Amino acid sequence: MSGAFRIPGAGRFSQAKTARFSFDGQSYAGIEGDTLASALLANGVHLVGRSFKYHRPRGILSAGAEEPNALVEIKRDAARKTPNVRATVQELYDGLDAQSQNRWPSLSFDVGAVNDIASPLFSAGFYYKTFMWPKAAWKSLYEPKIRAAAGLGVSPDQPDSDHYSSRYAHCDVLVLGGGAAGIAAALAAAETGVRVILADEQAEFGGSLRFETGAKIDGQDGFAWAQAAIARLSAMDNVRVLSRTTAFGYYAQNFVGLVERVSDHLSAPGHDLARERLWQVRAKRVVLASGAIERHMVFADNDRPGIMLAGAARTYLNHYGVAVGKNVGIYTANDSAYAAAIDLKKAGVNVAAIVDLRDNPTGPVIDEARALGIEVNFGRAVIRAGGKLRVSSMTVQPKNGGGERTIPVDAILMSAGWTPSVHLFSQSRGKVAFNDETKRFVPGTYAQDCVSVGACNGTDGLSATVDEAYAAGAKAAKDAGAKTAKGTKPKVDASESWSRGMLGAAPGAGPDTTVKAFVDFQNDVTAKDIRQAVHEGMRSIEHVKRFTTNGMATDQGKTSNMHGLAIAAETLGKPIPEVGLTTFRAPYTPVTFGAIVSHARGPLFDPTRKTAIHPWAEAQGAVFEDVGQWKRAWYFPNAGEDMHAAVDRECVAVRKTAGLFDASTLGKIEVVGPDAAKFMELLYTNPWEKLEPGRCRYGIMLREDGFIYDDGVVGRLAPDRFHVTTTTGGAPRVMNHMEDYLQTEFPHLNVWLTSITEQWAVIAVQGPKSRDIIAPLVEGIDMSDEALPHMSVREGKICGVPTRLFRMSFTGERGFEVNVPADYGQAVWEALWAEGQKHGAAAYGTEAMHVLRAEKGYIIVGQDTDGTVTPNDAGLDWAVGKKKADFVGIRGMARPDLVAKGRKQLVGLKTKDPKVVLEEGAQIVEDPKQPIPMKMIGHVTSSYWSENCGRSIALALVAGGRDRMGDTLYVPMPNGVIEVEVAGMVFFDETGGRLNG
Amino acid sequence: MLLIRCPYCEEERPELEFRNAGEAHIARSANIAGETDDDFEKFFFIRSNPKGIIYERWRHMHGCARFFNAVRDTVTDKFVMTYKAGEPKPSKLPGVAK
Ligand SMILES: [Zn+2]
Repeated sequence: MSGAFRIPGAGRFSQAKTARFSFDGQSYAGIEGDTLASALLANGVHLVGRSFKYHRPRGILSAGAEEPNALVEIKRDAARKTPNVRATVQELYDGLDAQSQNRWPSLSFDVGAVNDIASPLFSAGFYYKTFMWPKAAWKSLYEPKIRAAAGLGVSPDQPDSDHYSSRYAHCDVLVLGGGAAGIAAALAAAETGVRVILADEQAEFGGSLRFETGAKIDGQDGFAWAQAAIARLSAMDNVRVLSRTTAFGYYAQNFVGLVERVSDHLSAPGHDLARERLWQVRAKRVVLASGAIERHMVFADNDRPGIMLAGAARTYLNHYGVAVGKNVGIYTANDSAYAAAIDLKKAGVNVAAIVDLRDNPTGPVIDEARALGIEVNFGRAVIRAGGKLRVSSMTVQPKNGGGERTIPVDAILMSAGWTPSVHLFSQSRGKVAFNDETKRFVPGTYAQDCVSVGACNGTDGLSATVDEAYAAGAKAAKDAGAKTAKGTKPKVDASESWSRGMLGAAPGAGPDTTVKAFVDFQNDVTAKDIRQAVHEGMRSIEHVKRFTTNGMATDQGKTSNMHGLAIAAETLGKPIPEVGLTTFRAPYTPVTFGAIVSHARGPLFDPTRKTAIHPWAEAQGAVFEDVGQWKRAWYFPNAGEDMHAAVDRECVAVRKTAGLFDASTLGKIEVVGPDAAKFMELLYTNPWEKLEPGRCRYGIMLREDGFIYDDGVVGRLAPDRFHVTTTTGGAPRVMNHMEDYLQTEFPHLNVWLTSITEQWAVIAVQGPKSRDIIAPLVEGIDMSDEALPHMSVREGKICGVPTRLFRMSFTGERGFEVNVPADYGQAVWEALWAEGQKHGAAAYGTEAMHVLRAEKGYIIVGQDTDGTVTPNDAGLDWAVGKKKADFVGIRGMARPDLVAKGRKQLVGLKTKDPKVVLEEGAQIVEDPKQPIPMKMIGHVTSSYWSENCGRSIALALVAGGRDRMGDTLYVPMPNGVIEVEVAGMVFFDETGGRLNG
Repeated sequence: MLLIRCPYCEEERPELEFRNAGEAHIARSANIAGETDDDFEKFFFIRSNPKGIIYERWRHMHGCARFFNAVRDTVTDKFVMTYKAGEPKPSKLPGVAK
């Protein structure tokens, strides 16, 4: 027997296999088909958690996604621990291991429950009021304490070892919700032949047919009809049926996000199986059939374990064969709870009494309850629940006051009515409308191509629902292009009646009381808290919500929103629609990061770009650094060398003999066409028309605002062909910037732009021996200084493959950059390396490259500039064509603030103690003795130890820097003030003689 | 995710393929160097940021790579229409009252 509360013959899984599971270390038996909640209830376990703020004992409220209380941690192994899983959604599997949350040391004895006694301290808005002062205490004291005490669940501390998948899908009609309405709509659409997707969050389709024993369709029991219809739909080629799939977000143009739980219900999911699958569906038409959610009654201590929604109790009985108690009380304000009493009574459970708030309701269910001998009380309220870890009684009083009577019970089943689930409709930006007669918000104005049917549309009764849904499904198919319809509408033979209900606090929890009558179970918000928010000046429901946190938990107020709104409206003395409904936002239910991220994690998070020479560098033991998406060789340590020693050696080798550097990541763009020079004139500050083919120039690109955007050496290969280089990180945005101007501002220019970054591998050979290394391998290029002076470019061959050979230098040494087709990159590198070995050349990485260029005062855009630096600020006025009438940035550069005195200018800094290396980003002051906060006049942009200079070197942006040459400034650091002298930007070979050395 | 019609590809494609490029119909002066500070401020800094209909530039970044213009409602995010770069601001918008 799988639990003492399992009723033989009841439910739909009586033939199912036993599944063992554990909860808080105790072992239980359930059956396959159970949810964790139904299996716990079958074993008489109602107490499953502690509440968020007051640590009150909590039980299972619902049988679905709206569950606010029964949140547990499910653990498969150390890496696969999921907190805040709703026990009402989690399907049971053999070996399931669940833990309760938010309690210490144990679920039945929780120290944090002292919060319940001290609850006046935790009233509405207490976070805002209590913990605002002193400010410093927030970080060190309040926040950690609150987090430790109030956290719901514990985050896993290991990477998620599950994998997730993702699919895009298109369909003509997407039906969301697989109850009677959704199935009818899907049938109507599917029978026309259009592509249909039908999704439901439950393991089995049927929606409320899972518990409505009174429903008969096409001569069958409602649930059986649903299964037969699903079998028919599943067999159709044009239909995709997705169970265990929740539509969580409705986005623009009928784009809907769904999560399918693929293997959370399996005992031992194979490793090839994803845990969840994200569906991103674009539908021509969407049919919303999301049903309705039952509301609880708001009365004192309505959160005691054993108190649950009436419809949930019916689901546990009729679907899972579980009685939620042996002696239950019913508290209702509508008809639907009577059916729970009737079903339970017929199953042999004692029904102590039905307490109905209504004065003199009539109807067949009431007659039937009476005929079964159930005590029915009208015009009475349950004003209090007894018991603590489990409800033990309900105290009943005439609703207008009078004598109290306490009835012993072990469960209270309640229903205040049903709230249409307009979440997805609202997410689609549709506007809800308030129906004053039924006191419900229902879909009003549609913003997208969708339609709501059944309970979520406020349609009552199975017959009306099926009619409406079938017609809507057929119309959706027709609107999506269907030609013919040939199905027959399902015929409803019998149904249950749904009636109104009530909103807000019940008698006994009114404005004059101080009882804890919960509105929002998950965030521990009571009716009193809502009233207090209004009394403290909150007028808009959005403010009430934030002040009380009503509806802000992960259940998003599915059971609480309408009650909270009604209480606020009553307190404000305003009609409900004037107070307004809070906005529904995606996701409908929590979505795992895994589902959203899918395979885009770890190495697949972002593309990794490797140069053609990468394998060689790897084999040499290079240490790599990430530069955007690129992996770049950072330095090449010899045995026993640390980074410092390796970089020093590399830097010295380049200036003494030569160094080889992989510069392939440089952005490269070919600018080609009859108007190429004109285009270059407009995009760069420099003059280009007169640049001879075969020569190069250092170019600066500005944005229209006059600030430096990018830089790089440009070679003119022919009158109509420029080989432009950009910074490594800047290549895509520079290309975009160029395309933008070419296509939209200068479309009259006859120019083509081509990204050639990936086409050419670039090997920089720098140093006094560089020509000796290259020359033996080159064909067809005169390598003499006369034929190939500094800043020139030739096309020819190297190692028998084509090359664009640049004579240029980013080190201040005689230097070359050998461009070869990327496929030959490594082969040419190896040939050059072999030549280099004869001369004692070293391979150098990006760190040495940075040091060498800083020794020469060459800037790096994005490091020494930050988007607010002009060419003049950077000491690059010489690169701006003074006679030019136009280029991008010409006007921005002339703005008053950009030509004002005292701007920050790039200068060199020398520490007074040459051994001290400044920190990049360190702030600079004039007077270190001034009181804090000090006036900062600049900051260090680049700083290195220079083995070649035998001292530290730095570049800095300093206000009026060029007028401060030789001045002493100060860099205050935690360990003391560092004295520095303002210097020129060139630290090595000031005359530049080595370029031809 | 929005669907955007590229006027060059003549197809509706998902938003992922596109990149917004700011407000449209802001002409760069042929004599930009001679502009007053006020005119340059208007050209470079001032944007209309309307609630409702906006004319903006998009680029079919991962498609044909062309820049084009679009009319979009900033309240609903709906695209009213798209048209090629260089074409004049449409005087009549389909399905918009005023
Ligand atoms: Zn296109």
